[in-house]
Amino acid sequence: MDKKITVTIDGQEVSADPGQTILEAARNQGIYIPTLCHYSRTTNVGACRVCVVEVENARSYVASCCAPITPGMVIRTNTPAIRAAQRMIVELMWSSGDHNCLTCEQNGACELQDLVYRLQIDKPRFPIEHPAYGPDSTNTMITRDLNKCILCGRCVRACNEIQVNEVLDFANRGSYAKVGPAFDADYIDSACVFCGECAQVCPTGAITFKQAKFAGRPWELAKTRTTCAYCGVGCQIDLYTKDNKIVKVMGNREYGQPNEGSLCVKGRFGMDFISHPDRLTKPLIRRRKGEDFQEAAWDEAYAFIAERLAAVKKEYGPDSIAGLSSARCTNEENYLFQKFLRGAIGTNNVDHCARL
Amino acid sequence: MTVAGLAATFGSGAMTNSIDELEYTDLILATGTNTTENHPVIGMKVKRAVRQHGTKLIVIDPREIDLVKYADIWLRQKPGTDVAVFNGLMNVIIAEGLYDKEYVAGRTEGFEALKEVVAKYTPEAVEKISGVPAEDLKKAARLYAGAARASIIYAMGITQHTTGTDNVKSTANLAMLCGNVGIEGGGVNPLRGQNNVQGACDMGALPNVYPAYQPVANDDVRKKFEAAWKAALSAKPGLTLMEIMAAAGSGKVKALYVMGENPLLSDPDLQHVKKELQKLELMIVQDIFLTETAQMADVVLPACAFAEKEGTFTNTERRVQRVRKALEPPGEAKADWEIICGISGKMGYPMAYASAREICEEVRTVTPSYAGITYERLEKEGLQWPCPTVSHAGTKFLHKDKFSRGLGLFTALEHIPPNELPDQEYPFLLSTGRVLYHYHTGTMTTRARGPVERCPESLVEIHPEDAERLGIADGQKVKVTSRRGKVEAKAHITEKSAPGSIFMNFHFNEAPVNFLTNPALDPIGKIPEYKVCAVKLEAA
Repeated sequence: MDKKITVTIDGQEVSADPGQTILEAARNQGIYIPTLCHYSRTTNVGACRVCVVEVENARSYVASCCAPITPGMVIRTNTPAIRAAQRMIVELMWSSGDHNCLTCEQNGACELQDLVYRLQIDKPRFPIEHPAYGPDSTNTMITRDLNKCILCGRCVRACNEIQVNEVLDFANRGSYAKVGPAFDADYIDSACVFCGECAQVCPTGAITFKQAKFAGRPWELAKTRTTCAYCGVGCQIDLYTKDNKIVKVMGNREYGQPNEGSLCVKGRFGMDFISHPDRLTKPLIRRRKGEDFQEAAWDEAYAFIAERLAAVKKEYGPDSIAGLSSARCTNEENYLFQKFLRGAIGTNNVDHCARL
Repeated sequence: MTVAGLAATFGSGAMTNSIDELEYTDLILATGTNTTENHPVIGMKVKRAVRQHGTKLIVIDPREIDLVKYADIWLRQKPGTDVAVFNGLMNVIIAEGLYDKEYVAGRTEGFEALKEVVAKYTPEAVEKISGVPAEDLKKAARLYAGAARASIIYAMGITQHTTGTDNVKSTANLAMLCGNVGIEGGGVNPLRGQNNVQGACDMGALPNVYPAYQPVANDDVRKKFEAAWKAALSAKPGLTLMEIMAAAGSGKVKALYVMGENPLLSDPDLQHVKKELQKLELMIVQDIFLTETAQMADVVLPACAFAEKEGTFTNTERRVQRVRKALEPPGEAKADWEIICGISGKMGYPMAYASAREICEEVRTVTPSYAGITYERLEKEGLQWPCPTVSHAGTKFLHKDKFSRGLGLFTALEHIPPNELPDQEYPFLLSTGRVLYHYHTGTMTTRARGPVERCPESLVEIHPEDAERLGIADGQKVKVTSRRGKVEAKAHITEKSAPGSIFMNFHFNEAPVNFLTNPALDPIGKIPEYKVCAVKLEAA
């Protein structure tokens, strides 16, 4: 390990690792520096500039997310001049987009809104002139309103550096710059695989989950951590629910392995089946072959099964009964299922679809 | 199949290493896994490894899958020639002295027999069998052997063959030959296709073993379980899934209890399966939907979906993780464990558990590899078994310093062709699998708006050369016929499948591809040969 470097942040002597950025060193000490474009484990691009700090003897303010610390550096993060610069930057972003929180799905969960509040800005000093892009709501999963885009590039880095789907990038220059798939296509017409990482990392309401729109405000949703029920990766997911329905599915980097906050299309958008009207809600019994199913009470169903299984076992022996357990069910349920076949019935005829 | 193949070789049938190691290893060999579609988050890590961490990638796959774009070398073998290809790789590595001699001498047995057999599989001989150019095979062999740490990942493209167990053992042979088992970033890593297939195996939902793979035929083990469960237990190993179906057909099995499975879409040669199931005197199906299988049942029991109950799943890297209740179930649906308890109680074998946690506490007492896993410990992060005590941190990778069975066992294997190959009457080779947007028999994903929007129906992937010869246009309905049945679906013209090969998924009951598939089984793993059968193809 290289030797530690000592720097001074807001008058405090701080020991940090060589190669760390000013932002990292400050955050390790619990010192607040606002960020928007910064997204850990992706390239630091310094695009938004809200993380600027004063560094003694530097020519100008420094973007702390990109600047590595050097020995003896003296850094100030919260001077009136820095706050004024940050306000200016945020007002420029605000005035160049259609940041109308009244109709925005991200209201209450928007990092730009949070920053406006934190920096105590009443309104931008510049007239609001947004680019008047048409929305991309051509698919059922992701809605894009690029009038709310602050060009931070998090979605581009999420797509290329986190998911490596290599679909999103910047196009055009200056005030015409925008993010999206090649040839300015809508998502549905592009190579997008709808992992939803771009919407998960978007700090504003530019990229949102379509099915979550009007389904609940952020503060009304309950959050439950669980494990995805699709493939064997076992992604950790947060189910956001309201009124006994799933509003959206999010990854969460704090949960670490195995997915570090990333998901795929099935985990993200494949949960509609849970609240589907086709769900079975009552036991069904067919009393004689060829007859239709009839709804039954649980006790009736249990009695019917127990009686019939006992009769089969008595006449043909325990090995005339078999069970198929399930790779979809929990460990506890698989354990009980095989215990039931082995202990209650007396057969080892139990398997599941591991091979299929 | 994985459990049988790896258990025989190493002594333990599971992914040897962990998912996150893939991102930082020196080389990944991906074979029989369309990772970016079937395990997208693992696919993501493989792509990150290649793009950001300088990891080399070898893809061995008959289809031009997405990962090929990221590969240093792609070997396109004919389906069903995997043993030959792996023998060829080992032939080069041994002939050129590139193997890990110290590791082979100290940690393995059976090398001489392996050496003798693979000597016949020269790159030129393998080219004749597999179609893989000899020069490419040599390059891949040198690349694999040259990596300090190399990880093999595979999935159903390796296992769903009549030689599935041999294929698995071949991957293990190669990994051991280069000293890649028992090290971080190495290993032989089966990517399990279903959320809790690892857990179902661990929990003894297999005909020959109790939880933690303790054999039912072992007297000491059986006595332990008889004492724990307070019941007399059978010493006779039971029937596997495909054998259960056959026994239903022959009248030996009279009653079948199915929990959360849909064999009437997932099993090979479906029309035959249906006839077999019709002979049952009693079929009980417990599910969340009235599946194809449930429609044939005598009793259907409504179960909770995963988001409506508590419990644990074990992922492909042996990581036990919590499942938590976020929603109330619809109507009178109950958690599967509650239903089992209900039936068992009525049968005079009381199973009185108040919660999933109570069941887990019992699991710990009879499952040594899970003994240290408690709900409290799982609150923040999953734990990877073996985790024998509550102070044990779990196991990131297996077989460090010593294999579970002692020495790693090389198996000398000969190439055996698939059970049914194309001929004049059925000239095309059909492989089946999944697509990104859907899952297994489609009961879940075909009821989700997004996935259905992106992929609304089954497609038959046909190479442009074949399509042109048969006069089939993209999107046109085609009829696919095998000796066992026929299905119709739209053509998707793509170079993903090799000329002469077609690919279909098994997600849609409108085009049940398992009407076509061959029920021929691997003799040990009892897995059907989904990756190879002979079909004919015509415009519908």
